[in-house]
Amino acid sequence: MIKLTVNGKKRAFCGPPFKRLIDVLREDFRLTGAKEGCGEGECGACAVLVEGQAVNSCLIPVCQMDGRKIETIEALGTVQKLHPLQEAFIEEGGAQCGICTPGMLMTACAWLRSHRAPKHSLRAHGARPLLKYGRGTYRSPQDIRRVLAGNLCRCTGYQPIVNSVVRAMKRHRTPK
Amino acid sequence: MRGAPDTIILLRPRSTRQALEVFAQNPHAVPLAGGTDFMVSWNMGLHNGKTVLDISALRSWRKISAAKTGVRIGALATHADLQRHPALRREFSLLTEACSEIGAAAIQNRGTLGGNIANASPAGDSFPPQAVYEAKVHAVSAQARRLIPFNEIFVGVKKTVLRPGELIESVEIPFLKPRPSRQYFRKVGTRAAQALSKTVAAGLLWLSRDGRVSEMRFALGSMATMVRRLKSAEHFVQGKKLTSEVIDHACELLAKDVSPIDDVRSTAQYRLKVSRNLLREFLSGR
Ligand SMILES: Cc1cc2nc3c(=O)[nH]c(=O)nc-3n(C[C@H](O)[C@H](O)[C@H](O)COP(=O)(O)OP(=O)(O)OC[C@H]3O[C@@H](n4cnc5c(N)ncnc54)[C@H](O)[C@@H]3O)c2cc1C
Ligand code: FES
Ligand code: FES
Repeated sequence: MIKLTVNGKKRAFCGPPFKRLIDVLREDFRLTGAKEGCGEGECGACAVLVEGQAVNSCLIPVCQMDGRKIETIEALGTVQKLHPLQEAFIEEGGAQCGICTPGMLMTACAWLRSHRAPKHSLRAHGARPLLKYGRGTYRSPQDIRRVLAGNLCRCTGYQPIVNSVVRAMKRHRTPK
Repeated sequence: MRGAPDTIILLRPRSTRQALEVFAQNPHAVPLAGGTDFMVSWNMGLHNGKTVLDISALRSWRKISAAKTGVRIGALATHADLQRHPALRREFSLLTEACSEIGAAAIQNRGTLGGNIANASPAGDSFPPQAVYEAKVHAVSAQARRLIPFNEIFVGVKKTVLRPGELIESVEIPFLKPRPSRQYFRKVGTRAAQALSKTVAAGLLWLSRDGRVSEMRFALGSMATMVRRLKSAEHFVQGKKLTSEVIDHACELLAKDVSPIDDVRSTAQYRLKVSRNLLREFLSGR
């Protein structure tokens, strides 16, 4: 039996240990937010967070998730209370068909929560303009492109997606 | 066909000792680390019916530790772990740079250094840095352990000298003394992320006070079946000043050590041209 925590709830999985995480989430736990785009690690539509880090759930056999904490798009926000990133994606038109959106949001969310670079180090890389985000830390729109490079979108176009993340960062200057 | 989970025999050792014993008993088991190579072919149904040795629970193999002589990187350290490590970033920036260009964030969070080496793709981006840093691979089995110089680990496309029952435990990289005057890494692919290399290069250069080359090391990946050091060019520039004639000739000599391949990603001619340009960029310090 494999025990894992999904969106704060303890769950157990008794099926074949080599079943992929994406299939366990979608078929056994009925969490259908993460999508299978390519099944090859290329598109990021299946991205979820494991211990806070973005990973492709199509490349993980569930046995490797024993004892791990998993977060999926289902826990990011609710219709009543959207996550700042979700709000921003709606306002900026960062989603069309929505297949890539759960992966985009989870990857961006992990990045916003993670350690942020101090201003001087970004300046050194010539990354400008800088967005203040969190306490005394800064990020640049180029960073957003880099962090979302493994998330492909076939409809929206990447500019509105980058704009959405920028908007979320401008409005909420601290990570959620 | 898809991966059929019911057909797999799964071995999940909890300790390194157990792992080596189980592997000795099942020498045809396929090791599994971060799965970013294995699971792609698994999803295509290519591993059904196999015995899989999942080594991802061997925590001690994820450590990166600095000693007096060098840094030891556990085989299970991920590309993200390497980038976060202060001593690696400071002393071996070519390697951490390479890790930052492997796939995209989600791949770097799972893919391991050991997996990159064992997978032995001609396009492994961590290889040129490890070749110029003259890394050594610690391989272990239930019976023995051995230290394999990085330039001896590969024997062909997807082939290493690892024997059945043998695992990569860690990679050791000696500190560079004195520090090189110039360090260079560059990956050329179709786009910034998630693209396998058309060519990938790493270089180290030591200049003496009078501007002569005391040592040069340059390695190219994705150009042949395995990563190659440019021995002829390295030898030629030794003791010389880097004039434009010397650089031109070194670039000519490049073809002595690499015979690029035509493949799905690029033509041989393109690869040769681009890699000469990279060597030129490195030697002229631009
Ligand atoms: C979308 C995508 C993009 C990628 N981009 C790049 C890229 O740009 N550059 C690049 O170099 N690679 C790239 N890769 C390949 C892959 O991510 C790397 O090779 C990674 O380092 C493999 O590590 P892993 O732990 O995931 O290996 P696994 O998939 O777990 O294993 C790979 C192979 O190595 C063997 N193995 C693993 N660990 C050991 C060990 N300790 N001892 C002995 N054998 C072992 C396994 O049996 C298997 O055959 C990409 C992959 C994907 C899916
Ligand atoms: S479905 Fe997992 S990366 Fe495309
Ligand atoms: S919104 Fe359709 S793939 Fe991105």
